[in-house]
Amino acid sequence: MIVADRKPLDEIQEMIKDYDKIMLVGCKGCVTVCNVGGLKEVQILASALRIGRKKDGRTLHVEERMLERQCDPEYIEQLRDSYDSVDAVLSMACGVGPQFLSETYPSQRFYPTVNTKFFGGAVQHGIWDERCAGCGTCVIHYFDGLCPIARCSKSLQHGPCGGSADGKCEISKETECIWDTIVKKKVDQGRLEDLRLYRAPKDWRTARDGGPRRSIREELVK
Amino acid sequence: MSDSGYKSGSNLEKVLKAGHFAFTGECGPPKGANVGHLKEKMEPLRDMVDAINVTDNQTAVVRMSSKAASALMVMAGLEPNFQMVCRDRNRIAIQSDILGASALGIRNMLCLSGDHQQFGNHPESKNVFDIDSIQLIAVAKKMRDEGKFINDEAIDEPPKIFIGAASNPFGDPWQFRAHRLANKIDAGADFIQTQCIYNMERFREFMKQAVDMGLTGKTHILAGVTPMKSAGMANYMAKFVPGMDVPQELIKRLKGVDKKMQAEEGIKFALEQIEEFKQMEGVAGVHLMAIEWEHRVPEIAERAGVLPRPKVD
Repeated sequence: MIVADRKPLDEIQEMIKDYDKIMLVGCKGCVTVCNVGGLKEVQILASALRIGRKKDGRTLHVEERMLERQCDPEYIEQLRDSYDSVDAVLSMACGVGPQFLSETYPSQRFYPTVNTKFFGGAVQHGIWDERCAGCGTCVIHYFDGLCPIARCSKSLQHGPCGGSADGKCEISKETECIWDTIVKKKVDQGRLEDLRLYRAPKDWRTARDGGPRRSIREELVK
Repeated sequence: MSDSGYKSGSNLEKVLKAGHFAFTGECGPPKGANVGHLKEKMEPLRDMVDAINVTDNQTAVVRMSSKAASALMVMAGLEPNFQMVCRDRNRIAIQSDILGASALGIRNMLCLSGDHQQFGNHPESKNVFDIDSIQLIAVAKKMRDEGKFINDEAIDEPPKIFIGAASNPFGDPWQFRAHRLANKIDAGADFIQTQCIYNMERFREFMKQAVDMGLTGKTHILAGVTPMKSAGMANYMAKFVPGMDVPQELIKRLKGVDKKMQAEEGIKFALEQIEEFKQMEGVAGVHLMAIEWEHRVPEIAERAGVLPRPKVD
């Protein structure tokens, strides 16, 4: 899923300081799963914003809404009857949400309330780790299902670099060296020879380097 | 390969091919456009070493470009070993810099991934890592030997470079270190310079493995030596420099002498190492990284008995 973190409250307050009436729109997709933009988080942020505004002696009206997803025009349409009844709309979805909203309702102003970070999963309750860089050409089968493009700090296809120590990356003792894990898995499986193969420079055109990307499924296109 | 039989004809290549025990040095470019400062650091190395490594924004701290500093050395009649990292350049800049370096008379190049920018003085920067160090070696070799860019387009005049790579015998996981060295040699590394060695026991094992795997017959391995200036430096390296193996005995040995004598004790240890490397099977030379101690290199070279440096025509 897409993993995001909530923006600091003061940053959000600064964004909306000139507005008295806002809409806060949550998403039942990834951000609900990573506990950042679901129903509960919408309620918590709405309360925090109201309380914060009260301290300034003013009133903030917050309309709380939930959409099934904010990455699908069908659900974005559900705001058509109410989007312009407020001064601004804040999305609690990943970076896709505010953009789909903005494209659908050009006359309204939209703000993000989360920082969208990566594709990953929960490694334990409350902790999410990156797993995929969305490079567009998956190579994890070369590395026993572990991705050095996303998980090596230098995206090395021939790792580990000289900075790998005790299974940790040179950038921080908190960061796993994925190459250490890849090598140990190969050693355990008696297939270290796999890592003697040369991998050609990667074609980054399928990644963001090739410009904004589009995916087309012909059979679904009407 | 050129008509002379040399790949680049660099002094380092000639010394190694003639079978001499090579001795290379290192010089970090200044944090400014100060040519005078660079000269102060490089001049002590004249006639003391076969080539001088010019570091490329080492530890991700911005300095004068390694290509420019290397070119200044060429102009001054010194031989640089131009270091290039993959952190700051994509394949377009890399190939362009290889051609530029060759055009400027630079004949050695050391291919590195590069320290992550997190260490340096611009941790906010974006990194590149379009290709990695092993791919960089292969690219340099393809350009030189096949006269082709990565995309197979022809180069009108191929670069003349002697291709080097680094090896850290002490990085983890240890099982893979000699294999990664083998990958670098397969990719085209003509010579190898190792990370600073302090744990001689582990280095002996690493070299034995390299010899047993037949690697030492395919490349020239230069053992990395950095004299400790003090017990404090040894402690710091042991604790904070990733991939560095500094045994407790060495720290104890340095602590065991008066503070004023610790630098001398560090040099003594380095000299003992160099003596052993001269005899060690598969070791073709020493790479002396006297960090911010360039002015001590003549003394160390003299005491190590590696002078005068051979002249090979």
